[in-house]
Amino acid sequence: MRERLQNLDPLSVVLWLLRAAILGAVLWGTVATILNNPYSAENWLDFLVFGVAQGSLYALIALGYTLVYGVLFMINFAHGEFFMSGIFTATVFVAIPLSETAFWDSHPVLSLLVVALVAMATSVGIAVLTERVAYRPLRHAPRLVPLITAIGASFFWQYFFRGLYGSGITAFPPVEMLKGSLIVGGLEILWTQVVVIVASVLLLIGLYIFVMRTKTGKAMRAVAEDKQVAALMGIDVDRVIVITFATGAALAGAAGLLYALLFRQVHFFMGFFPGIKAFTAAVLGGIGSVPGAALGGLFLGMFESIGPSLFLEGLGIPAAYQLKDVIAFTMLVLVLIVRPQGILGERLAEKKA
Amino acid sequence: MALLEVNGIHTYYGAIHALKGISVSVDEGEIVTLIGANGAGKSTTINTICGILHPAQGEIYLEGEAIHELPAHEIVMRGVSQAPEGRRVFGRLTVTENLEMGAYARSDNNGIRRDMERVFTLFPRLEERSKQVAGTLSGGEQQMLSMGRALMASPRLLLLDEPSMGLAPILVEAIFDTIREINARGTTVLLVEQNALMAFSVANRGYVLQTGEIQLADTAEALRQNDEVRKLYLGEA
Repeated sequence: MRERLQNLDPLSVVLWLLRAAILGAVLWGTVATILNNPYSAENWLDFLVFGVAQGSLYALIALGYTLVYGVLFMINFAHGEFFMSGIFTATVFVAIPLSETAFWDSHPVLSLLVVALVAMATSVGIAVLTERVAYRPLRHAPRLVPLITAIGASFFWQYFFRGLYGSGITAFPPVEMLKGSLIVGGLEILWTQVVVIVASVLLLIGLYIFVMRTKTGKAMRAVAEDKQVAALMGIDVDRVIVITFATGAALAGAAGLLYALLFRQVHFFMGFFPGIKAFTAAVLGGIGSVPGAALGGLFLGMFESIGPSLFLEGLGIPAAYQLKDVIAFTMLVLVLIVRPQGILGERLAEKKA
Repeated sequence: MALLEVNGIHTYYGAIHALKGISVSVDEGEIVTLIGANGAGKSTTINTICGILHPAQGEIYLEGEAIHELPAHEIVMRGVSQAPEGRRVFGRLTVTENLEMGAYARSDNNGIRRDMERVFTLFPRLEERSKQVAGTLSGGEQQMLSMGRALMASPRLLLLDEPSMGLAPILVEAIFDTIREINARGTTVLLVEQNALMAFSVANRGYVLQTGEIQLADTAEALRQNDEVRKLYLGEA
């Protein structure tokens, strides 16, 4: 113990003090918030439900990052744009024209299904195209190259769709059926939130069954482990990689519709923050792990929604909610310091290096 | 017509000229072995046959059909499967899932089920551990799984790359008994081995490779008697 103390250099003392100060401030804020009690129990539950809804969106998008990383060890930074492209296209070409007819209100479920299908199909199309044109030729290049290409692809699609549909914010037409809220034991949950949570859970379960039980899902896991041996089994590795991109993009397309229901708007830049957050969620849960992405997404969503009020409000910070991103990324850094492989992750990078 | 005809192939690893005109032929029903020191080109030969590498020159025919330009996954569909060097089982998939991957190119579900039972008869240990993830198996069990997985493709030609590597002598015996049994049931085997003595004990014919070229080709019995082979590969004076 004494030896360790003597070996401490000034920098690490400063770092430890800094960490202690942050932790102290968070604790102080939390205690102060609890003592002041600015919110009722219902308020907290509202935050929680919103966090779960937001988190399930993150989870759906995070799966795309994690699936592709699992198979190619590549961070596909254009994934947020796959998310945006689907719902933006479906809003412009399906939701808005359809909402001007009586069909939108008379057959809301069918209408939303069509919007979902168009959004998912567009996202898948954009993903498959990006993989074929931008990523596949660089498959054997050093890892930094596809990473930079992905950032480039992200900008390309953002401005492509900005050029196509304009730079303004487009309102997603309101759905009459989803107005109002569900009341469960005194807790009021917006119908849109119910839809988002239920649809996300179903999609997550569906994906898990696909990856664990189906022949194609097993082939995806085999390709993730060893591409050469997978080819020796008769698996067409290129095809499985395309399917992986397509699966992630289909989930992103569905997440796009859920986002539009929750926030009522679409625009060309809408993929950026959810994309970054979902990437954070994937890393948090352990990138490469499907349950990890789901867990990381939920965790991040709830943390973001409860965190600002709980930790910061008590410190007298005005509009603490706007600091949710600070909280989210601070947590990412903290988790990675303590557990670099994420919550459910294996130490992939070391093993494969 | 030979089942497999490798005709003067040259294969490069980047700038390294790994195979310098290798010719090998394997007849239906045979066990043929390739022996040689580390770096002689044994694994490169096998990987060129199954399409992981492609020859810069020369041809490979399977029952008269050229296969040397096909991608690996299409060669499997034509009845050539491999248990690669170092086993390389899918460590995070279960034993059963590994075997299912071996049968990926097939769609005859009854045949797949029959072959899975056959693999479990050959390797009862695998059946006991069928639900376990392959990464938790012992080295010997992983070798069994790797061979079983290759058999699941129902191959006409089975390529085995160093099946004895890193195994205890008693397990090596068992693995070679199994190779005999697999062959007796009608699968042709091309076997790469460093353990030349064991290889000659099961093979009909053999090729001795040295630095990317074939030095000797003869029956296994004749190779075993050959003075140079005895000195260099069997460790006899």
